[in-house]
Amino acid sequence: MNIWVFAQAANGAPTTGTLELLTKARSLGATVTAFVGGDASAIAAELGNHGATKVYATGDLGGKLPGVAVSAAMKAVIDGGDTPDLIMFPQNYEGRDVVSRLSVKLDRTVLTNNVDVSVDGGSVSVTTPIFGGNVLVATGFSGATPYLAAFRPKSFTAEASGGAAPEVVSAPVPDTGATGTAQVTAVHVEETSGPKLDEAAIVVSGGRGLGEAPKYEMIEALAKLLKGAPGASRAIVDAGWVPYSYQVGQTGKVVKPGVYIAAGISGATQHMVGMKGAKNIIAINKDKEAPIFGIADLGIVGDVHKVLPKLIEALQARG
Amino acid sequence: MNVIVCVKQIPDPATPGALDSGTNTLKRDGKLILDESDSYGVEMALQLVDAAGGGEVSLVSMAPNGEVSGMRTALAMGAVKGTLVSDPALQGSDALTTAKVLGAAIQKMGGADLIIAATESSDGYTGTVPEQLAEVLGLPSVTFAKKVVISGGTLNADRQTEEGYDEVTCPLPAVISVTAGVVEPRYPSFKGIMAAKSKPIDTLTVADLGVTPVGWAGANQTVVSVTQAEARAAGEVIEDDGEAFAKIVAFLENLKVI
Repeated sequence: MNIWVFAQAANGAPTTGTLELLTKARSLGATVTAFVGGDASAIAAELGNHGATKVYATGDLGGKLPGVAVSAAMKAVIDGGDTPDLIMFPQNYEGRDVVSRLSVKLDRTVLTNNVDVSVDGGSVSVTTPIFGGNVLVATGFSGATPYLAAFRPKSFTAEASGGAAPEVVSAPVPDTGATGTAQVTAVHVEETSGPKLDEAAIVVSGGRGLGEAPKYEMIEALAKLLKGAPGASRAIVDAGWVPYSYQVGQTGKVVKPGVYIAAGISGATQHMVGMKGAKNIIAINKDKEAPIFGIADLGIVGDVHKVLPKLIEALQARG
Repeated sequence: MNVIVCVKQIPDPATPGALDSGTNTLKRDGKLILDESDSYGVEMALQLVDAAGGGEVSLVSMAPNGEVSGMRTALAMGAVKGTLVSDPALQGSDALTTAKVLGAAIQKMGGADLIIAATESSDGYTGTVPEQLAEVLGLPSVTFAKKVVISGGTLNADRQTEEGYDEVTCPLPAVISVTAGVVEPRYPSFKGIMAAKSKPIDTLTVADLGVTPVGWAGANQTVVSVTQAEARAAGEVIEDDGEAFAKIVAFLENLKVI
């Protein structure tokens, strides 16, 4: 079995999501190839250390969006005779764009939102949670390879294999005509202090129950005291209280911290999908019927405007 | 400027979803409504056409049983006409086939300067159709757009990223997918609702579009199993008596995180 992984980098290192997929591909006993949209020289060794024995790299994309560029480069390699059995993508902005474009170019179906994959001989099936994660559906691919699948972050655990630095092969982007004319002209990073939301050991999220945007300061203060990251429900992101990069849930980040504190969040399916993997969940909500209490280890039926200030004060007093 | 908005008509999210026991597909046999995610695209289209000083907003949808009630909602907001693709042969179609069908319907409608879709539907949330549609139509695309301005045949958009957002520029015609919350969808006025009843909706079948294969035959997938996930048990729930914060402190102490 030959598996490709769409590999991404941030700040000069492979993303955790990339390493998770490489680790899983390796555990399936596959020959693993990483496909990088960009220059791979700085990250190839770490990709090899997680199981990639070969790396395809497009070289710098020059501000082109990866969806069109990387899928075209992948298609060119496949047309050249190297056809994998399965290509694994991270379920994120770039991964979704690349797998969607590639599915049309190759005329293959694509299965998204997966949390697991299994291989039995030549057959491949993936597992997708539906109805807020209460039901798991396993779906097998049929038809011609490569099979295309996207996986949610944190579906697997990244582990180094001690593998050697892999061979890096150039996979340039061919002419993409009109489809490739979208161009990035500026990049904006929304600065957050403290740990990254999807890597923090403690996440404190606020929702509509906070009442108004300025009250989100309580969430930030509590997160800072606990050396955690602040998060948010979709409701207050849509309302413009905090940037999208704070959003936890189906359309935001998937988090699996040691402790998740949900303040003023009722627990819409959309949100729970993104945080129910937390080891411990504390929920504070006025409505004792709120669905969030169904999965909380400690549930406080109360007003966040009363509970949070006292909690913050108590933690400050401890120093 | 003419805009086509892809709208999905879905089972009311307020009612619990269910799988058809025979086909393991999502049950969509009841009344369908406009996916709320698509109301943002409709609103953005109306605003962009307004800003351009002319043109019209049309709708395209694929739904079972000739369903148009969700399309009527979008027509009531201000779209002028719609095209529905409805055909029993489409049951079981995957996202790729859906994109091919929508693409063929859009071409039959004469295309548009801009095609707008939501980033994903609220029922199936495969999340690939907008970008697949762009590839089917041979157009550039900007997915996860949260702010869109059009001037002189060029689209400028802020595109959501992991770390913040990118400014992206792209010539028209193009496909964009928009995130929820980008604009405030208008409520249809009474006048709008009345007018929507007589706005034209063309209905097309698969044969009209020449897309093949469709439905199960084109999906290249089989459901192997459907199982209940391990439920997460609820823990202790207490009413705040003014001292509940101390419970949280004790809980965190016990976990040795403070």
